[in-house]
Amino acid sequence: MNLNSLDLGPVWLTLQLAAVTVVILITIGTPLAWWLAHSRAKFKVAVEAVVALPLVLPPTVLGFYLLILLGPNGWIGGPVQALTGSPLSFTFSGLVFASTLYSLPFVVQPLQSNFESLGKIPLETAASLGASRWDAFFSVIFPQCRRGYLTATVLGFAHTLGEFGVVLMVGGNIPGKTKVISIEIYDRVEVMEFAQAHILSAGLLAFSFLVLLMVYSFNKKLPVHVS
Amino acid sequence: MGSLKSKWVFGLGLSFFLFHMSSASANEVRVAVASNFLLPLKEITRNFKESTSNDVVVISGSTGKLFAQIKQGAPFDILLAADSVRPEILEKEGIGVLGTRFTYAVGRLALWSADSRFVIKNDLQFLNQKNFRYLAIANPKTAPYGKAAKQVLRKKGFWKKLQNRLVRGENISQTLQFVVTGNADMGFIALSQLKNERMTLGGHTFTIPNDWHDPIRQQAILLKRAKSNPAAFQFLEFLKSNSIQNLIESFGYSLEK
Repeated sequence: MNLNSLDLGPVWLTLQLAAVTVVILITIGTPLAWWLAHSRAKFKVAVEAVVALPLVLPPTVLGFYLLILLGPNGWIGGPVQALTGSPLSFTFSGLVFASTLYSLPFVVQPLQSNFESLGKIPLETAASLGASRWDAFFSVIFPQCRRGYLTATVLGFAHTLGEFGVVLMVGGNIPGKTKVISIEIYDRVEVMEFAQAHILSAGLLAFSFLVLLMVYSFNKKLPVHVS
Repeated sequence: MGSLKSKWVFGLGLSFFLFHMSSASANEVRVAVASNFLLPLKEITRNFKESTSNDVVVISGSTGKLFAQIKQGAPFDILLAADSVRPEILEKEGIGVLGTRFTYAVGRLALWSADSRFVIKNDLQFLNQKNFRYLAIANPKTAPYGKAAKQVLRKKGFWKKLQNRLVRGENISQTLQFVVTGNADMGFIALSQLKNERMTLGGHTFTIPNDWHDPIRQQAILLKRAKSNPAAFQFLEFLKSNSIQNLIESFGYSLEK
């Protein structure tokens, strides 16, 4: 077995992709989940359904639409190209965009259920005591929703690590930019380099297990908030 | 009540399973085909069904993937590969039947751009202008047309220069898909893909001269599992027949001399 031919580039790239995606998802997922938890708007159920779509759609559907949308003639890729000179397909930014959609429910749903169980009262109490919205969020809401945030972060991260179909369709397999672990494993299997495929696969398996183990054990330890 | 329902569901599932098991009849040929040859194969299959009333099931994918699946015991009768390397290995390892391997088509590579802004000239020197963002090729590691494209770029001194502009399709179909959807400006694809009548592909095409890369000898081989399947033998003979070879040529392939 030639270990020298084991390139760790895809591993770092995948970790970067997952990290950037999670940061974006937590940032946009927090207000979205809060709104979903407390809004009484009639179209709320429609938004909930849209958020959950990546759970049920085959990645090929997302990949197909993204291939068309992110390209130089696409609704998203076109304007981006006009601004930056390069469309989103075949780029790291393109993968971040795709992963954000792909992992959206894994971040929004745990946050939403945590916000729902917390209720509106803590925020209103803080406001009545003169706290600003930001202050109230960071000193009242966030500490009580650590569990939701932990679950959201870990699931969003782990789910992005495991992304394959979408990346295969819009990535273009460029080393250092879009060649992530799952694609590398797929390529290795195709050229019968099972040794390298084994190392990467076992690594991903062990990592995913540890991550989930961490979530479940933390979830047991953290006190459950009863509103 | 609940258990009655689950028994019923289980029974239904079982009957579906058995139905599928039994539907694999004796005069059925399962052909695993490299994606570049899928269209001609559909036409050939139609002719074969009409003249023999045997059934053909087509499984398409990249040669590398089909090869890996066959080595792990995939239930295919014939492999129509995009190269000669993998059929040779299958023959050597006894997974393919000795003496059944032959070249059914010789692939032609073409450089194609859908956008007429990019005028593709016959010497590839226009690539020096670098007025394009992405050039698509099939993955040279896994796809024979990708390997040939790499040889062409190497031979003409562009391989290193264009590294940051290359995108790799998983197979030759995805490579074409990248160009058709406008995500890549041009791509090295199989000439046969441009003969696809369902798509009226405009733009510019340059058929790469045969001596710019090793010949893409696409070979067929009968797999061990089909030793006692007369329909599979029949299909291979059908593929060798003059009329089918002419048909293959009309799809943008050369024939082996």
